[in-house]
Parts: sequence; structure tokens; C-alpha cells
Amino acid sequence: MSKLEAQRSWGERLILLVPYLWLAAFFLVPFLIVLKISLSHTAVAQPPYTPVFDVAAGWSGVIRALSTLSLENYALLGSDSLYLASYIKSLEIAAGSTLLLLLIGFPIAYGMARAPRRWQPVVFVLVVLPFWTSFLIRIYAWINILQRDGLLNQLLLALRIVDEPPAWLSTDTAVYIGIVYSYLPFMVLPIYATLEKMDETLLEAAADLGCPNWKAFWLVTLPLSRPGMVAGALLCFIPIVGEFVIPDLLGSSQTMMIGQTLWAEFFANRDWPVASAVAVVLLCLLVVPIVIYEQVQTRDLARGG
Amino acid sequence: MRRASWFNIGSLALGLAFLYLPIVILVIYSFNASRLVTVWGGWSIRWYSELIDDRAMLESAWVTLRIAFLSASAATVLGTLAALALVRFGRFRGRVLFSGMIYAPLVMPEVITGLALLLLFVAIDIDRGFWTIAIAHTTLITCFVTVVVQSRLLTFDTTLEEAAMNLGCPPVKTFLTVTLPLIAPALVSGWMLAFTLSLDDLVVASFTTGPGATTLPIRIYSEVRLGVKPEINAVCTILIALVAIGIASASLLAKFHHGGRGAMAGLAGR
Repeated sequence: MSKLEAQRSWGERLILLVPYLWLAAFFLVPFLIVLKISLSHTAVAQPPYTPVFDVAAGWSGVIRALSTLSLENYALLGSDSLYLASYIKSLEIAAGSTLLLLLIGFPIAYGMARAPRRWQPVVFVLVVLPFWTSFLIRIYAWINILQRDGLLNQLLLALRIVDEPPAWLSTDTAVYIGIVYSYLPFMVLPIYATLEKMDETLLEAAADLGCPNWKAFWLVTLPLSRPGMVAGALLCFIPIVGEFVIPDLLGSSQTMMIGQTLWAEFFANRDWPVASAVAVVLLCLLVVPIVIYEQVQTRDLARGG
Repeated sequence: MRRASWFNIGSLALGLAFLYLPIVILVIYSFNASRLVTVWGGWSIRWYSELIDDRAMLESAWVTLRIAFLSASAATVLGTLAALALVRFGRFRGRVLFSGMIYAPLVMPEVITGLALLLLFVAIDIDRGFWTIAIAHTTLITCFVTVVVQSRLLTFDTTLEEAAMNLGCPPVKTFLTVTLPLIAPALVSGWMLAFTLSLDDLVVASFTTGPGATTLPIRIYSEVRLGVKPEINAVCTILIALVAIGIASASLLAKFHHGGRGAMAGLAGR
């Protein structure tokens, strides 16, 4: 189907151009503006930064704008340990919860893939269904359970496991629970997709040759499901680093995740240039995993996945 | 050779319990007669009847539904065009940038997208509110539609189109009478996915909103920050019920068309 560019009809150009221009205008250009504002000065004004482009001034305006660029916001990020702690905390929680998601998600995906064929569509829908309900609602549901006199503590007290109700909310544990809960389908589904496509005769061959089940799992199933695990891990890790809602509602206010820091800079401090600088640094941290993810995604689709 | 071992059944059952238990508890407590959310005071629909009088909440719901409808529809058009370009056009200039812009929003942290869009709206100096949220949501959810439609197009039998064109059917008519009906189920599931995502979004809407456009998630969030309230349990239960009805009708639709699974496959693509 590949045609030369010159032969494209106007209709085909339009098909490409409409989404291309939309995404360029509302996805690409905004990032350039973020970059620009992260380099400008904070001002007590509305909007709270010194203006960027003066279109009327033409080239001299552009040059003047360039000369006012400054790295002061980035210097602030480097000098205040609050930001560094926030970035480290985010990466730490993202890495930890991605690992937890792998450990919890793999057995579920495995159970799905090994379920009897006629059950599979039902099980699939059951796993996906909670994803369709609002993210906010699912986190809210956990506040119901985790609050001090909530159901979890009532249960623990009734079973006499604890004497004093422990505080679950405003702890890292609650954040981990919330993240694992919300992102579980994103981990389970890619792993399930690779396990389901796996050629089971390979396992039979291993069994015929006297390989015990656990060893066949270790040597055959696990390596073959790696693409799914990689896709799932990226799908979870990248957004979790910038997560805002979960740590804000379930976590403590002592060490904030970077999404919260950005939010606070923007909404509470109204320091847009610093918020932009936080976003740019976050994006730089995530650019490698995002590029890997895009390659995985493109390759999967090329294979007809 | 499929044996449902106890380990497999156990891990599945535990996983599903983990996924459903919190939601079930929330739904049950929305029917709690007691204002104290932790004490069970018997069954009641008190909080639902109080919701009917909550004008602000109803107003938010109406705004949210209109935004979701608009942006899901726009995203379906844009996403389908993008999917056609990605699947049918082979190599073209700027393809890497194009597919980059398509897939990046799938994983991009929402705080970044929200901030970026807001700064754009401020830079071009338009009034923030209903329309800016709609534009932001369209941008955010287009990529999900693209992934869903793309997976349908990849399994599409192109000989059907060729046959139509060989018989003298013009390209536009071929698209409308052959291609579109065949990918329609994917469009429907893409639209539904987009609608749900727009309905859900808190972060991007918070950045791009303005006076007079408080969406339901923004309102729920501001209430939730102050603690658990039975009214919010009721709102959440209604939303869950709406989504469940939507999914049920979609899966009925999928029974008649195979493309319905595209929506589910699309979820795996996030």
C-alpha cells in the first residue's frame, strides 16, 4: 500500500493533515511553551511570568526574548533539596510499585491465560471492567477502607490482630496500595496477551523430555512472556512517576511526589516558571522509557498485535 | 493441555477479589442510612434523594457529560484519521514525529500535559472554561481511539476495497460504503473508551478549567479532600452503574460484531 508522496491525492493529504495539525498545535507546541516559560522570570502579574514572544516586534523581538532567557528556575531546582527529594521519592515509589505490580500481575495473567478456553472472555472482561470505572472513585473507595475507623481497622480489631488501630492513610503503604490497585489492569493485560499467544507445544516438548513443571516455567514460559512484562512495566512506571491523585489523596504530606510538587508550585505558589521547570526535568527523566515504550508499541502493531 | 490448577484458580480469584472488593464496599455504603460513614445504620436511599436537590452537583454532571460527548466525538474523527494514516500510508515525511505524538499521550504524566495545555491557552489568550477543557480532552483521548481503530484496520481485508474500486466505485464512496461499516464497531468502542476517559479526567481538567466550568471529577475531588461523605458514595455509585450499563450494552454490541474486542485490546494499549 505504500505510495510515493507525490502521488497522494488531496483527500489523502487531508486525512493526514487534520490529526497532524491538531496534535502539533495542542500537544507539541504546548511543550515548547513549557520549555520557554521554564526559562523565563517569575513575575507578580497575571499571567505570573514575564511575557515571552512579542510577535509585533518581529525578529528583534525574538532576539530580545532569547536574551532574557535564564536558567534561574533550574538553578532553584538544583539548590533546594525539596525538589531533589521529590524526584527521588517519585522514582522510588514508581520502581517499587512497578515491581509489586509485576509480582501480583503475573500470577493473575497466568491464571487468565491458563483458564479453560470458554471462560477466557468472561475472565478477560472481569479484569478489564474495573478499569472503566473512574480512577478517582477507585481511589476514593480505598479511603473508605483505609481511614482510621475504616473497615480494614475494624476487621483487624475484630480479629484481635492489633489492639490499637494503626493509621493507614497518609502513609507510603496507602500510596503503594492505591497505585497497585489502579494500575493492575495495565500490567495484567500485556502479560496476558503474550502468555495467550504462547505456543503450548513448547511446554509439552519440555515435559516429554523430562523437564519438571517448575523448570519448564522458568526456562520457557518466563523468557517468552518477557515482551509482555516489559510493555506492562513501562505502561505502569512512566505515568506512576508523575502520578498526582493517588499520593495526594492517600499519601503523607511530608515528602511529596513530583506530580504533587508541580501541582503545588502551580496552584498554591502560582510560580508558573518553576512549575514548568519541574515539568521539563520530569520529562527529561522519562524521555528514555517513553522512547523505549514507543518502539515496543510500534513493533507490536507492526506484528499485527 | 489445559488444567485449571489450584494455584491458577487461586491467583485469579484473589486478583478479582482485590479488584472488586473496594468498589462493592463503596456501593454498599452508599445505601447506609447513617451519616457516619463507618457505622452501618441500615439500608436507605437517603443520600440519593438528597443528591436530586444538589444543584451544583447536577450542574457539574451536565457540564461533564457535554464535554465528554463533544471531545469523544471529535477524538473519534481525529483518531480514525490518524489510524488510517498510520496503517495505510506506509512511509511519509514526518512519520516518526507523527507516531510519536500519537503514542506519547498514552503514557505522558497528566500533570505535564495539563500544564502544557494551560500555558498554551494562556499564551494565545482565550477564555478558559468549557471549550478549553473540551479541546484538552480531545487531545488527550485521540490517541486511545487511534490505537483501537488501528488494531481493527490491521486485520482489515483490503481486497474488499479493491474489489469496490475495480468495479468503478470512487474512493470516497468506497470509504463510506465499504470501509466505514466494517470498522464501525471499532469506532463505537473507541468512542466509548474516549467518553469514559473524558468523564474520568481530573488532572487535565483542573489545569484547563475556568470560571463556570466545574466538572464532576473536580467537584468530587474537592469534596473528597475533606473526607469521606455518604453523598459522594452515592454519586460514585451512580457513575459506576452508568459505566456498567454502558459496558453491558457495548458487549452486547460486540456479540454481533467481532470488532468489539478492539476496545478491550485498546485498553491493553494504554
